[in-house]
This record gives sequence, structure tokens and C-alpha cells, in this order.
Amino acid sequence: MSEVKLTYQVDGGDLVQAGEASSKMKMTLKKLGMPAEAIRKAAICMYEGEINMVIHADGGRVEVEVGLDKIVIRLIDHGPGIPDVDKAMEEGFTTAGAAARNLGFGAGMGLPNMKRYSDDMEVDTIVGVGTTVTMRVDC
Amino acid sequence: MNLREIRDILDATVFCGENSLDREVKSACASDFMSDVLAFVKNQGLLLTGMVNPQVVRTAEMMDMCCIVFVRGKQPDEVILQMARERDIVVMGCKQRLFIACGLLYSKGLAGE
Ligand SMILES: Nc1ncnc2c1ncn2[C@@H]1O[C@H](COP(=O)(O)OP(=O)(O)O)[C@@H](O)[C@H]1O
Ligand SMILES: [Mg+2]
Repeated sequence: MSEVKLTYQVDGGDLVQAGEASSKMKMTLKKLGMPAEAIRKAAICMYEGEINMVIHADGGRVEVEVGLDKIVIRLIDHGPGIPDVDKAMEEGFTTAGAAARNLGFGAGMGLPNMKRYSDDMEVDTIVGVGTTVTMRVDC
Repeated sequence: MNLREIRDILDATVFCGENSLDREVKSACASDFMSDVLAFVKNQGLLLTGMVNPQVVRTAEMMDMCCIVFVRGKQPDEVILQMARERDIVVMGCKQRLFIACGLLYSKGLAGE
């Protein structure tokens, strides 16, 4: 298998559709025959990131590169950016409002979960410009 | 424990997936916070929650869980049930509160991890 590239658009306004891109990626990884454990890790990482894009950044784009030995997920948004990344990474830190909590999110566990399940994670963010989160899951 | 036993212990209503009640689950997870559920991957097959929205189905999907039980008599709508059918996830509802539902299953041998 040579490297496969996948791209998904994430709609910011739609709380029901949120997670659809992660769902599609998961199905594609299954079809490609990736190992089950790596699929689950990648799916959780992308799902938390996708929810963040919807509730914090009004949507964005996700690029996924699937190789033989790794899955790289890049979530790109043009939202408000994150002023203090170290603080945002702390378990329990959240600026989420009632709409996120009604979905069962907004507990400040998203970024920590993404860190936990990825083998490497980088957050590039500029306040007022946007955020790019890149995660690598090894297979 | 299979899903039929779980239905009987909780006296639950099956909303979708009636034909899949032979499935076995070894452990369960319960929370209203989906990130809590996502934080602890231990091959749990069953999700109990008082939160009713489509993200519960997606969370179960990401975690490879095969059954969702909505507690406290909450009714999932058709959007939720259709999503669950597409993902081959069984959905039930019971009258008990979350704590009681968990206690009943735990006391009959279903583990937390
Ligand atoms: N894509 C993003 N754009 C802007 N802010 C973000 C983004 N992702 C996360 N954040 C900020 O980091 C905080 C912590 O995120 P997270 O750990 O996922 O918890 P939660 O989403 O439950 O608030 C959020 O409350 C928000 O302030
Ligand atoms: Mg989050």
C-alpha cells in the first residue's frame, strides 16, 4: 500500500453532524486494513479534535495521511486560536459553554485525550488566526 | 454476559438491534461526559448514560462499543436510532438512574474493566 491521503471538511454550525468526518475516516481505515488498535486510537484523536473544531473554532478541514506504519491527522481551523496552550492541555481546563456540555463535551478532556492516544502531537496556534493540531498514531 | 441478560436485569426496552441480543460484553462504562468515556479504552462493550444526543452514538462507534443503554427513562429520537442502526449498535432504555443501573449489572458480574 502506498500512502493514502484523505481530506474532510468540518461544518462549524452543525452539532448533529459533528463527528461525521471521524466516522468516515474510521470506515476508510478499516477498509484499508489498518490494525484495529491504531484505528481506534486515530478515531478517538480525530473525533475529539473534530468536536473542538466545531465547538471552539466554527469548523475547519482535516487532512489524514495513511502510511504503512503510521497515520498522521492534521486538523486545520481559522478559529480564535488558543492563547495559552499549556493551560489548554491541562485536564479539566475548558472555556466551553452550555451548547458543548449538552453534547456531553466541554469537560476539558479533549486535548489530554488526544495527547494520550497519539504517539506525537503538536499544536500550532496564533490568536486571531487559527489552530493546527497534528497528531501521529504509529501502527 | 450477553445483551439479552442485560436487558432482563435492567428490565429494559430495546429500541433497535433486537436481533443482536446474543452479543457478549465483558465490561461496561458509564458517564454523561463523552470525553470521560473516550479517556479509558479497556474494550468495554457497553455504554450506560443519561445523556441523549447523536454524539453518544458516535462515541460508542469510536470506542467499538456494541450497545448503548439510556437510563432514567430517556427516549432517543429517530435520528439517534438511525445512526445506531447504520453502525450496528444496539440501543436500549431503562427506568433506573445511572447509579442503580450500574449497580445491578455489576452485582450480576459485569466488570468495569
Ligand atoms: N481548535 C480550537 N480552537 C480554539 N480553542 C481551542 C481549540 N481546541 C481547544 N481549544 C481551547 O482549549 C480548551 C481545552 O480543550 P479540550 O481539552 O478539548 O476541552 P473542551 O473542548 O472540553 O473545552 C478549550 O476549552 C478551548 O478553550
Ligand atoms: Mg474538546
